Amino acid sequence: MEWETVIGLEVHAQLATRSKIFSGSATAYGAAPNSQANLVDLAYPGVLPVLNGEAVRMAVKFGLAINARVARRSIFARKNYFYPDLPKGYQISQYELPLVAGGAVDIVLEDGSTRRIGVTRAHLEEDAGKSLHEGLAGLTGVDLNRAGTPLIEIVSEPHMRSAKEAVTYLKKIHTLVRYLGICDGNMQEGSFRCDANVSVRPRGADKFGTRTETKNLNSFRFAERAINYEIARQIELLESGGKVLQETRLYDADRGETRSMRSKEEANDYRYFPDPDLLPLEIDQMYIDAVAATLPELPDQKALRLMSEYALSGYDAGVLTASAELADYYEVVVRDLGGHAKLVAHTVTGDLASLLNREAVEIGDSRIRPAALARLLARVVDNTISGKIAKDVLEAMWQEGREADAIIEERGLRQISDDGALEQAIARVLVAHPGQLADYRAGKEKLFGFFVGQVMKATAGKANPARLNELLKQKLHA
Amino acid sequence: MSELYARTVAELSQELRAGSVSSVELTRLFLARTQQYQSELNAFITISADSALEQAARADERLRAGTAGPLTGVPIAHKDIFCTRGEKTSCGSRMLANFISPYDATVVERLRAAGAVMIGKTNMDEFAMGSSNENSFFGPVRNPWDLTRVPGGSSGGSAAAVAARLVPAATGTDTGGSIRQPAALCGVTGIKPTYGRVSRYGMIAFASSLDQGGVLAIDAEDAALLLAAMAGFDQRDSTSVELPVPPLHATLEQPLKGVKIGLLKEFFDEGLDRGIEQCIQTGLSVLQAQGAVVREVSLPNLPLSVPTYYVVAPAECSSNLARFDGVRYGYRCEQPLDLLDLYQRTRSEGFGAEVKRRIMVGTYVLSAGYYDAYYLRAQRVRALISADFERAFHEVDVLLGPTTPTTAFELGAKTSDPVTMYLNDIYTIGANLAGLPAMSIPCGFVDGLPAGMQLIGPHFSEASLLNIAHRYQRETDWHLRLPSRFT
Amino acid sequence: MSIKRSDIESIAHLARLALSEPEIPRYIDELSRILGLVEQLTRVDTSAVTPMAHPLPGQRQRLRADAVTETDQHQLYQRNAPQVSTGLYLVPRVIE
Repeated sequence: MEWETVIGLEVHAQLATRSKIFSGSATAYGAAPNSQANLVDLAYPGVLPVLNGEAVRMAVKFGLAINARVARRSIFARKNYFYPDLPKGYQISQYELPLVAGGAVDIVLEDGSTRRIGVTRAHLEEDAGKSLHEGLAGLTGVDLNRAGTPLIEIVSEPHMRSAKEAVTYLKKIHTLVRYLGICDGNMQEGSFRCDANVSVRPRGADKFGTRTETKNLNSFRFAERAINYEIARQIELLESGGKVLQETRLYDADRGETRSMRSKEEANDYRYFPDPDLLPLEIDQMYIDAVAATLPELPDQKALRLMSEYALSGYDAGVLTASAELADYYEVVVRDLGGHAKLVAHTVTGDLASLLNREAVEIGDSRIRPAALARLLARVVDNTISGKIAKDVLEAMWQEGREADAIIEERGLRQISDDGALEQAIARVLVAHPGQLADYRAGKEKLFGFFVGQVMKATAGKANPARLNELLKQKLHA
Repeated sequence: MSELYARTVAELSQELRAGSVSSVELTRLFLARTQQYQSELNAFITISADSALEQAARADERLRAGTAGPLTGVPIAHKDIFCTRGEKTSCGSRMLANFISPYDATVVERLRAAGAVMIGKTNMDEFAMGSSNENSFFGPVRNPWDLTRVPGGSSGGSAAAVAARLVPAATGTDTGGSIRQPAALCGVTGIKPTYGRVSRYGMIAFASSLDQGGVLAIDAEDAALLLAAMAGFDQRDSTSVELPVPPLHATLEQPLKGVKIGLLKEFFDEGLDRGIEQCIQTGLSVLQAQGAVVREVSLPNLPLSVPTYYVVAPAECSSNLARFDGVRYGYRCEQPLDLLDLYQRTRSEGFGAEVKRRIMVGTYVLSAGYYDAYYLRAQRVRALISADFERAFHEVDVLLGPTTPTTAFELGAKTSDPVTMYLNDIYTIGANLAGLPAMSIPCGFVDGLPAGMQLIGPHFSEASLLNIAHRYQRETDWHLRLPSRFT
Repeated sequence: MSIKRSDIESIAHLARLALSEPEIPRYIDELSRILGLVEQLTRVDTSAVTPMAHPLPGQRQRLRADAVTETDQHQLYQRNAPQVSTGLYLVPRVIE
């Protein structure tokens, strides 16, 4: 049988506020255990929550960015369950009336087509604390620093049909929240994480299959692997006559598999009801307009602009707008260089990107600033160096933190474009390889590359490639 | 002039400022009475002699420096539901029997700032759940008018302490009648303000949409003095109302001519004790004599208050009390086998029977499949009850009726059936559901036991209620009566 | 509405209360009586009524400025804690 996969994601994005959603405690990552948990976060008897306006503003910003409805009136509700990292015994969330509902984002599929993924809702809620197990002699330690950190939970429609699509959507949301400046997107620190609802059904069926919810997907790679694992598991189960159980599963990254979380299963009757400690959150048009006025250029708009302004391909524009910082970097280099948009795109998405990737550095923290890169590329444009040499200079700039010109001069990397010098070098190479010369002239034209290589070697790669080609052809056919 | 211990806050305040007595002397006097009658009444959970005398000494400095306010140096007590920094705050529960609060409730902070001297924390039904004060982990409180009877609850310790003049005034909280009912049964004056008037910050939550802090005092004037110091906007409580509190003391003397009083028809039912009914009728004539106009008013949905309350309050309580899990503070069971065992035994051992009963009911009415039938339906009936009140206040300025159907009952008389106990609050719950201010004032005695008259006003009408109560108390002396064994 | 033993057991579990064997019939009886009282609510037609979650109409949620106002007080706050180590609250091992 042919199976179709149906995937919906629940993304949890920590909002980049200074203080918590219901208390004045700091939200900084990595503080000493419980040093950022105040009486409200610890659920001391008698304390009450007071809502952080910045968390609301950020959630509204997200809603506007995905063209969703921002509710004029939304309600905070209590989700009741016992867990050591949940001090009140309930999580303050939104249930029946979320702040944001009915939005969408567009993702570009592998075949270049666009698919619209619906966002059912995005609601405000508080994060839980953390449980630690190591070095505690069979006990669990609870750190409540994270408890009360504001989150938006972004719930998609079940519109994705493969793990790849799901990850593309996830990356899109990731890009968006960072563009908006509402989440730092740090997946390792858990600022951005997701749960995947996965089910399979016979292709053409109109009813969904039974779904499972896989939790704790804290990297794009894990999300893709976990979803693929889950798809394969469910299909295998169904094909062998079994049934998929509706359950919560946990992705085990070490084993690369998902497993049932029975602890979460036993009784998920959350007894939601409106939180009597908080009043209805009411938002008027003036507030929404004011937030709308602060929206930055969004990734899709930016990509379209880059395509038209710099004649870039959709692919390049897509890569360059993956983060606002990358696009900004790109545009500064083009501006400083005075054009050559494609050369810049090629360098930024190619050599620079692999350098950053190798060093695990974000574009914003690149040691090579855009102005310095522009000065390097100016030497390519004016034929002082070749593109190949430029790559080496880039590497040296990264290592040594010096200017391109200084490196070029010191190492004598200037390109040889002088005909006399090139002709001398060619002559020496031809003399040194009489056999190959004879073969070439006898019709073995593949050897042209061999001669280019030898001249390059003799000139330490500095020969102007275009001029070398021309002169070499003349000499070989002479 | 009466004995010093029997004076009102207003009178003591005058004495203090006149310099005829010091706060330290007064504090010693009330501490001595508190200690003397503790074994009989069990009105207190904590008596803070040392810190009280320190506060009194500081109050005396303010009095000497001329920076004293009306409450400076006056001894009071707090219901043990209010968090008091550095002091045990037990909420009448084993769960918090050793809990030292690291912070002050807003109410405590404000009365402290006003210079009031806290001499201790009063006994109460565990987590404010009860109408007889028999649900305290620290044992029942006894009614000063008859030690075999209950003082009412849940603010029974505060009511008994004021009735026996162990303190001239005390704080309380009222979720379904917990200030007014014990005030009535002990013969003192109690006020539950409008929901949102007094900050709930630091007041350990029972049912968040119903809880409201207030005062138990000898008379309306004292209630006005304390309430003025406690009330007002607090940004730490999202449900606190951002409205200025009018000068409650300034309007106490206003004449009652033309004030329209609605007699609550539904309260004069077959369950009402004839003696109490008689007291109310007599009280009514006192108000009429001052020009008040009386007419009968009907609130058809009001009899549904008790069932509504016994869905809403347990639902909220079941969630509010989930934080008591033995992890961060409070009681923890011995040698837990695993996490589930830790939770279950901590909570089963730490909570008393009534608290557990309400947690069970609340969990049930919120659980899947029952939410609509119980919780949502109750919140709809609540809206109907609230609308009844609103309609009534188009016709009259204030509603009047009995506070309780009977006078104080014997200890143990109603402990076997929770429903019988719940019906004690039949007249008081409506005001909580609708968030209305309400008072109970002494209006006579039936077989030697006090009866209470209840006034309910529209939102934010505390000043009117206090005005009516004060004018009534100028003509009567029920509130000044003192049980003989405490004289 | 009759309460069954299994209802009591599942509610008690949700509420994390351990019930002893003799408590179960008592809870069945008491909860049945309380819910019997609550049955009165079905007497009135509420189909057109909006549920009232809050006693004061027209109030809306205030918003706090995003400012850090708290300092590290974990030593003070942990004085009430039954079991702590290196700043962590300790509980029996949680298995996922």
